[in-house]
Amino acid sequence: MTVGKDVSALFPDVVNCMQTDNLELKKLVYLYLMNYAKSQPDMAIMAVNTFVKDCEDPNPLIRALAVRTMGCIRVDKITEYLCEPLRKCLKDEDPYVRKTAAVCVAKLHDINAQLVEDQGFLDTLKDLISDSNPMVVANAVAALSEIAESHPSSNLLDLNPQSINKLLTALNECTEWGQIFILDCLANYMPKDDREAQSICERVTPRLSHANSAVVLSAVKVLMKFMEMLSKDLDYYGTLLKKLAPPLVTLLSAEPELQYVALRNINLIVQKRPEILKHEMKVFFVKYNDPIYVKLEKLDIMIRLASQANIAQVLAELKEYATEVDVDFVRKAVRAIGRCAIKVEQSAERCVSTLLDLIQTKVNYVVQEAIVVIKDIFRKYPNKYESVIATLCENLDSLDEPEARAAMIWIVGEYAERIDNADELLESFLEGFHDESTQVQLQLLTAIVKLFLKKPTETQELVQQVLSLATQDSDNPDLRDRGYIYWRLLSTDPVAAKEVVLAEKPLISEETDLIEPTLLDELICYIGTLASVYHKPPSAFVEGSRGVVHKSLPPRTGSSESAESPEAAPSAGQAAEQPAVIPAQGDLLGDLLNLDLGPPVSGPPLAASSVQMGAVDLLGGGLDSLLRSDVGGSPAMGGSGFTAPGPAAPAGMGAPLGSGLGDLFDLTGGVGTLSGSYVAPKTVWLPAMKAKGLEISGTFSRQVDSISMDLVLTNKALQVMSDFAIQFNRNSFGLAPAAPLQVHAPLAPNQSVEISLPLNTVGSVMKMDPLNNLQVAVKNNIDVFYFSTLYPLHILFVEDGKMERQMFLATWKDIPNENEAQFQIKDCSLNADAVSSKLQGSNIFTIAKRNVEGQDMLYQSLKLTNGIWVLAELRIQPSNPSFTLSLKCRAPEVSQYVYQAYDAILKN
Amino acid sequence: MKMIHSLFLINCSGDIFLEKHWKSVVSQSVCDYFFEAQEKAVDVENVPPVISTPHHYLISIYRDKIFFVSVIQTEVPPLFVIEFLHRVADTFQDYFGECSETAIKDNVVIVYELLEEMLDNGFPLATESNILKELIKPPTILRSVVNSITGSSNVGDTLPTGQLSNIPWRRAGVKYTNNEAYFDVIEEIDAIIDKSGSTVFAEIQGVIDSCIKLSGMPDLSLSFMNPRLLDDVSFHPCIRFKRWESERVLSFIPPDGNFRLISYRVSSQNLVAIPVYVKHLISFKENSSSGRFDVTIGPKQNMGKTVEGVVMTVHMPKAVLNMNLTATQGSYTFDPVTKVLTWDVGKITPQKLPNLKGIVNLQSGAPKPEENPSLNIQFKIQQLAISGLKVNRLDMYGEKYKPFKGVKYITKAGKFQVRT
Repeated sequence: MTVGKDVSALFPDVVNCMQTDNLELKKLVYLYLMNYAKSQPDMAIMAVNTFVKDCEDPNPLIRALAVRTMGCIRVDKITEYLCEPLRKCLKDEDPYVRKTAAVCVAKLHDINAQLVEDQGFLDTLKDLISDSNPMVVANAVAALSEIAESHPSSNLLDLNPQSINKLLTALNECTEWGQIFILDCLANYMPKDDREAQSICERVTPRLSHANSAVVLSAVKVLMKFMEMLSKDLDYYGTLLKKLAPPLVTLLSAEPELQYVALRNINLIVQKRPEILKHEMKVFFVKYNDPIYVKLEKLDIMIRLASQANIAQVLAELKEYATEVDVDFVRKAVRAIGRCAIKVEQSAERCVSTLLDLIQTKVNYVVQEAIVVIKDIFRKYPNKYESVIATLCENLDSLDEPEARAAMIWIVGEYAERIDNADELLESFLEGFHDESTQVQLQLLTAIVKLFLKKPTETQELVQQVLSLATQDSDNPDLRDRGYIYWRLLSTDPVAAKEVVLAEKPLISEETDLIEPTLLDELICYIGTLASVYHKPPSAFVEGSRGVVHKSLPPRTGSSESAESPEAAPSAGQAAEQPAVIPAQGDLLGDLLNLDLGPPVSGPPLAASSVQMGAVDLLGGGLDSLLRSDVGGSPAMGGSGFTAPGPAAPAGMGAPLGSGLGDLFDLTGGVGTLSGSYVAPKTVWLPAMKAKGLEISGTFSRQVDSISMDLVLTNKALQVMSDFAIQFNRNSFGLAPAAPLQVHAPLAPNQSVEISLPLNTVGSVMKMDPLNNLQVAVKNNIDVFYFSTLYPLHILFVEDGKMERQMFLATWKDIPNENEAQFQIKDCSLNADAVSSKLQGSNIFTIAKRNVEGQDMLYQSLKLTNGIWVLAELRIQPSNPSFTLSLKCRAPEVSQYVYQAYDAILKN
Repeated sequence: MKMIHSLFLINCSGDIFLEKHWKSVVSQSVCDYFFEAQEKAVDVENVPPVISTPHHYLISIYRDKIFFVSVIQTEVPPLFVIEFLHRVADTFQDYFGECSETAIKDNVVIVYELLEEMLDNGFPLATESNILKELIKPPTILRSVVNSITGSSNVGDTLPTGQLSNIPWRRAGVKYTNNEAYFDVIEEIDAIIDKSGSTVFAEIQGVIDSCIKLSGMPDLSLSFMNPRLLDDVSFHPCIRFKRWESERVLSFIPPDGNFRLISYRVSSQNLVAIPVYVKHLISFKENSSSGRFDVTIGPKQNMGKTVEGVVMTVHMPKAVLNMNLTATQGSYTFDPVTKVLTWDVGKITPQKLPNLKGIVNLQSGAPKPEENPSLNIQFKIQQLAISGLKVNRLDMYGEKYKPFKGVKYITKAGKFQVRT
């Protein structure tokens, strides 16, 4: 605005003008401040007073303007002074001011995140989601989403059916931009069943008729995502599919930039649900004056939609495009014809004749592209179209691109027996062997070897020539290696060579460039974003997207499943759930595979059969190397026949003894405050039947500051077992072995060994379902075995879990009521004091005890290893053996497991 | 999340003539990536709208010979940005009568005020023309004279009333002496006609643009004779969607002034009448440096209305040097640099069909052009909506006066192409 001149020297003078009543001047002064405050932080303080004053101006326009400008002044010194005015503005009576203030919180968070959290602005912002004014709601959602982006772990936008309802109401009434924010926020919600998904879809559908294309695409995203949960038999599912087509087509009549983004997204949608646009082929026909980026995208979608029904039209169009001016586009069109031939078998013949027509045009690049695709058609339909080879050979001389030359050479080699002068043709290529690109050289080598195997008599000289060229005169290691392999093969066993070189080729797949299904599912969740334009997940390219949460499509639920009430789960109890959590071997393999292969794949599980082999290998290898590096000595020890002195091995000694003590204390009625926490009896985790004779049973225990997994390994096979190692999959609390599994001697048949494996909680974290599920891989000299188990949550209760009284009261009030969960602990006859001391043994601390109307109320706190506090209120009626437990926690999903821990501790 | 970091306006010769930063300042050098892409694209229209750079993303639109290049740092919906940029261009158009470099430079203070008002911290704030005009008054000669004498400003000092009501698009207290409501039903035919004259693809893109100057808070409902034609529609936010779903009536409280009420698409092929036909013969002789060109345009299925404003443009192949043609009607020009032939035909009279024919001169020695040029046809038909859409009636509730009502129909060629 200043045409590049630095006018910061005028700062004091400009600030003097700030108190003007002229609104235009005031706005300009504010603009100036935003630009120059950073360079003159000391001077900027002078402006603070005016801001504070303006925030109390009777005119809401000025209040809003002040709060808006404040947030744009990125000077640390000033920000502190702005908290009070901001707080006032967030509660302003005028919604215009409130909505401006909501955005200001996001600005402030960008400058000083800690300050925003300390001042409690985030909670105020959350309250604004329930504001009566839809504009305020939309801006609050926008601000929260922005803040949540830099805090992926926090559940700022913790959506529940009530807040969803508020958002849907606001959706109808707010501005188009607000609608986008709200729709994007809705897309992150996971409806609890298909009925909820359908009702959200019904209320979002009207947005498809909005004039703003960004609103339309965001609505499409929500629908595509939630549709995943609807059953395909539902009438509504069909209706929804029909409703999606027109808005997508309408996007294509907009400006070319919009078209481009729309087309990139349609490309994804067509791959996910081809049925939506299957009748709309024609809208993707290319106009000659479309920008090139639009043309190429349209072409891609045309091929994806090509089917037997419309192939004639598509081919006619493609042929038309092949005579256009733009070379890139023409090439892609020719390639598209080939892809159609491969995709729609019935059309192959027509495609081939179209390609031959195009070859007749003699336009150089058209001919070359045509030959490249004809090669693929030969691969797909062997022995069908070889009659055209003669026509192809006529154009041999005009080929100057490596890919086309390589394709032609491949054809000559593959059909050498049908081409009379194949040797001459190949020989002509051989003359300039060293000037060819590697691709052509490799192809030529193979082709001549094929020719030799087919017509050995006339071509011996030729093959020797090419082998010596490839092996002696070439610097390219690939070429040399391939040359040597052929040479050896031919010289040692020509029959084997024939089997190798002329082996039947696997058929090429129909669609070569489909996006991998798991990635596709993830991308569907990102419709309308940059990710959808680049067809890559945001984690792959967005800068600063640390810890971007991988999104996945919701699983389809039948209505029968939805009938299962959530309250039923806790009462079913731990024992009943146990068998259900042990997943099938295949699933587990998929999961454990992730240990080695990076981030978890979302969406449908990988086809188990295809990965199983790989997984075993990988893990086996991993465990082997782990074993070698960590317990290198043990196999050698086993080999020398060293007899192990049982559980008295020095390292293993401390822990089991300790746990024994814990048991002892427990038996004596929980008097000891020093004792370790409650330890459940051992259960069988891995039956011998499933693990080739190895039986593993165990439990978890906690002593002061240490967790351990107490295992009993029993050898029920006839063979000695050795080389034990253990590894955990990522889990909710990062449990991981703190030391390698120490089995000091080979385990003889019918022998068992007790081991206490120390654990820590610094492993990598992945949320499991159920939360306390732990997947374990154990390896021995026979195989790798997988099992999963549930650990009781109380092993994670830390010793400093006692909260101050005041703190407890404040926190209890602070945690919203939605987070409160209530449970019944039945058939427990202990009195309040016994309960209290028993729980204290397991690090559940009683902070206060009150007697209200004959009931004992215990207020308790505990802290998990990852710092989550859980507050509890336990109501005990002397006459009633049923206790009522109310749990409050910022992460309500742990409540159920805390309850299970309570239940287990109190009943033992 | 949705943050437009900065905006650069760049003219066709590559000068950055305006920049605006909503968060911290991003150096102009980020535009180098844009220039690079522009160079690669050759034609200005072919610059890709989304460009990634090591630290930012550039999302751009090209409008009226100006590139609006926005800088984005995080994952955002690109459509959101593109829509917003178009809205900015629309606003400039609305305020200054044209969206040109000169207009923007002449009104630079208003431009900054507008940009500041439209976007806050990357969040769109006020983009409705009605609201913006209450906040920042558009420049007029009279007002600038008055302002310079009285010292008053262009900036409104009260909160726009519509901003927070449930009808944010309308300002309160509107008063007119003549109350008028006009609707223009404008339909554009997009079509591809192949060599033989049959229709490869055709659809109608229709809009209803309204100019409503009514006092108070009028509640209008517009009904059609044949609403079933409208099955793919986009609505202005003022339209009550439920009412449309159940009764097929457009019921709304209109914004004040000009706005687009709905846009719609009619696609089923048989419904789309093609009002003109083209007979053409364009051929190049092998081994000689000339070719023939003969094109006739005639009316077809025009419901008895006159086809007027006919213009044909053809991008001739590169090898064409010049053209010697005779037009029986209208005039033609051929630009030897861009190779664009333009024939301004005017009105078609069925008795004497316009024809353009003659010789095409090619570069000597150049190979015969492979591609056949497509003919791009523009035309206009007054008083006709080619889809057959007809307004039935307009009713007004909520106000007592009797408004003056008017409906106008017009059909135009959109992207109407004939392949040869």
